Amino acid sequence: MTNFLQLLFNGLGIGAIYALVSLGFVLLIRAASVVNFGQGEFSMLGAYLLVIFFNIFGINYYLGMALSVVIMAGFGVIFAYTTYWPLRFRGGLPVIISTIGASIFLENMVLVLYGPSSVAIDGLFESDGFEIGGVFLATQYLAIIVIATILVVFQYLVFEKTLLGKKLQATSQDKEMASLLGIPVVFMILITFAYSSAMGGLAGMLVAPLLFVSVNMAGIIALKAFAANIIGGYGSIPGAILGGLALGVIETMGASYISVPYKDAFAFAMLLAFLMVRPQGMFGEKISEKA
Amino acid sequence: MQGLSINPWRGVPQTAIAAIIVVGVAMLAPAQGYYLNILMQASTYAIAVVGLVVVLGYCGQISIAQAAFFGIGAYGVALGTVDYGMNFFVAMLIAVVFAGVCGLILGLGSLRLGGHYLAMISISFQQILTLVLTNWIPFTHGPDGVRNIPRPRFFGISLEGGNAFLALCLVVMVLVALFAWRLKATKLGRAMQAVRDNDLAAATSGIDVFGTKVIAFGISAVLGAIGGGLFAGGFGYISPDQFSFAESIVLLTMALLGGVQSPFGALIGTMLLVILPETLRFLKQVYLAVYGAAVILIMVFLADGLWGFVDERLRKRARPIAGAVPRLPLLDQTGTDSDDKILVVDKLAKHFGGLKAVDEVSLAVRRGSVHALIGPNGSGKTTFINVVTGLYVATGGTISFAGRDITKLSPHERNRGGLARTFQNIRVFRGLTVLENVMIGAERQGNDVADSPDRVLARALAALEFVDMRGDAHRMIGELSYGHQRYVEIARALAGSPDVLLLDEPAAGLNMTEKVALGELLKRLKGHGLTILIVDHDMKLVEQVADHITVLNFGKRIADGTPGMVLSHPDVIAAYLGEPRNEAA
Repeated sequence: MTNFLQLLFNGLGIGAIYALVSLGFVLLIRAASVVNFGQGEFSMLGAYLLVIFFNIFGINYYLGMALSVVIMAGFGVIFAYTTYWPLRFRGGLPVIISTIGASIFLENMVLVLYGPSSVAIDGLFESDGFEIGGVFLATQYLAIIVIATILVVFQYLVFEKTLLGKKLQATSQDKEMASLLGIPVVFMILITFAYSSAMGGLAGMLVAPLLFVSVNMAGIIALKAFAANIIGGYGSIPGAILGGLALGVIETMGASYISVPYKDAFAFAMLLAFLMVRPQGMFGEKISEKA
Repeated sequence: MQGLSINPWRGVPQTAIAAIIVVGVAMLAPAQGYYLNILMQASTYAIAVVGLVVVLGYCGQISIAQAAFFGIGAYGVALGTVDYGMNFFVAMLIAVVFAGVCGLILGLGSLRLGGHYLAMISISFQQILTLVLTNWIPFTHGPDGVRNIPRPRFFGISLEGGNAFLALCLVVMVLVALFAWRLKATKLGRAMQAVRDNDLAAATSGIDVFGTKVIAFGISAVLGAIGGGLFAGGFGYISPDQFSFAESIVLLTMALLGGVQSPFGALIGTMLLVILPETLRFLKQVYLAVYGAAVILIMVFLADGLWGFVDERLRKRARPIAGAVPRLPLLDQTGTDSDDKILVVDKLAKHFGGLKAVDEVSLAVRRGSVHALIGPNGSGKTTFINVVTGLYVATGGTISFAGRDITKLSPHERNRGGLARTFQNIRVFRGLTVLENVMIGAERQGNDVADSPDRVLARALAALEFVDMRGDAHRMIGELSYGHQRYVEIARALAGSPDVLLLDEPAAGLNMTEKVALGELLKRLKGHGLTILIVDHDMKLVEQVADHITVLNFGKRIADGTPGMVLSHPDVIAAYLGEPRNEAA
């Protein structure tokens, strides 16, 4: 039982990371119908920025994080202008491929500038964690869960309770109509890219102390986060969160009870099962094209 | 008609010459080392990239797992020959069949899913395969890979030497390219492109959309595995990292760079991306970064790849096909309005959540008549047509066509039974020429000419002649005006010799002259006794051609009868002109 609870806690911790990255995906899907295969590189860049600020310049950890988040937001805008903007009228596939290109570019630029060796970085807190009833609660995991919860609540409040949120929703539902109503659609899409990039970067910083910072630290996380997004229901915000958590827990349990080498396979097997049986996911709606 | 036969040997002489040249090149290449390896890599990769041309270029389905199929081929050959002592070609055959089955299964995922879902399915497959290759050590040798893979003998000819084996790879590459090039102009190839350009129009033109996608995936997987099997023989050593997700991306980029619409583009793209990094070795460190940037630049500036330029030039040189063709069989008939009810719709309902878009509507279309379905905007006319043609599943009621209950049939089955349609917003296949668009209609299964490519061609030209568009047959359909595209859409339906033609607002978006011409066209069709169910707003057009009118409002039938009767019906007048509001005091 203790072992089970321990796995559940760890699974939720890693699941919260998937949920955060998955949220980044969902926002872009909703705002701009963009499936961003470079989402993982946002996390990787965020983690490297923190390494630069904290490990190299010795800036305060929390200040370093804040600076990195701001830089990542700016980076999201650049990303939007280079990979999405020129292709926005050409349908989904060209943008997918261009974001794949962007991810190859970013990974290898970092590789050239920083080399292949991975870097360790401190966690948010001095203490590694504490034990309650035989379950070891790692502080970094706790922090991830808490921050993810705060972000989800924040995002909910912004989307549902503010005018900016309403405008963002209008943009995601019908760009043409939103534009006719005087909503600056381009600005809204850029905001979404900035936010998505900043949140992805933050997820990378949070997971960095657990994984080491390396060029390909985030590729697999992003793929799983995207899987979580489909399992939860494509483009659904609650789906992204629950899909991410479920994936984290199942994968952790699967690794422990079934097979460690195939840990990464559980996510993809679960995804394939969902796609074959219930492609709309847990919270998705069936959408059919109008003739 | 003799002048119009399609040459069955098209491309074969060129291929033979190409094969002789590549064998010569292979034999003259330096026997050892560097150049041999580069050519070996390029030719085996190119085979796999041609697979991507079929699935992505022709059929428009994204697959990011080509390296996985390449790996299945390579591991099949490696494990079969090294661990199980099989003949090279037997091992390859097993691997190719296995890959083909995996491809078909991946294709099954396209049943309800497209785009990003499909990308994700293929990525998942790719990742799982990599994990299995790395971790199932007793079977796959794990991360160390497989060494000392032997090369085969072929009917007594030793292919064990580097040059001879390279010759084999190059010949297979040439044959695969010929296959893919010819495929594009076959019924299956056209069906794939139709699915890519417009799946709804493909389905209502008699194409089994799902089956076509599955076959495309299967072909692509098979080509991937053939390339992989030869790769294993060529290099003698393989390991899991050669078949990773990153390699799938490399193969995808090769296809896109060269031009995903053409196998020649695939060859060019592959050669470039194999040779370029070798010649740019000084860039080695940033090579992959440059490569990633190149992917974006290709997407932005070279939508059709390098071959796209060539293709555009070639297309500009195309000329209309000359030669007389037998006219449409329809034109030999004369109109007979009968009492035979060919299409009977009984209490048909379609609900979207709580909205009753079509609410228990019944109507019967008599053979040889023109039946009009009219009603204000949002009255459910288009939904009705969509349910009748199978694009929407009926919530209730039955549809019977020529005495057969078709309520449960899929759109392509209904079309094959003789039900053709056009769309309110024109749906044509934009990547194809005018002629190819109409040929897709002519080759619907069940049409009298469907079995003979020559007669399909002649029938398509006849249909274009009928709508006076034959002179544009060789042009890309996107170059035509909206009104002309409408005619091509009608010609596509007519080429399939339908028993009933459903026209969904054919006058929508046409200017006055075009509307008059359309009216004349409809009168000619009516004169030859084609059964038509037409939906339109244009009362002038409807009055001119209709024998019978059904009126819908808010999803319900409010009137049904002869034009004179229906158009003077008070409910119809109220629906169109509005009624006095009683509640207003």
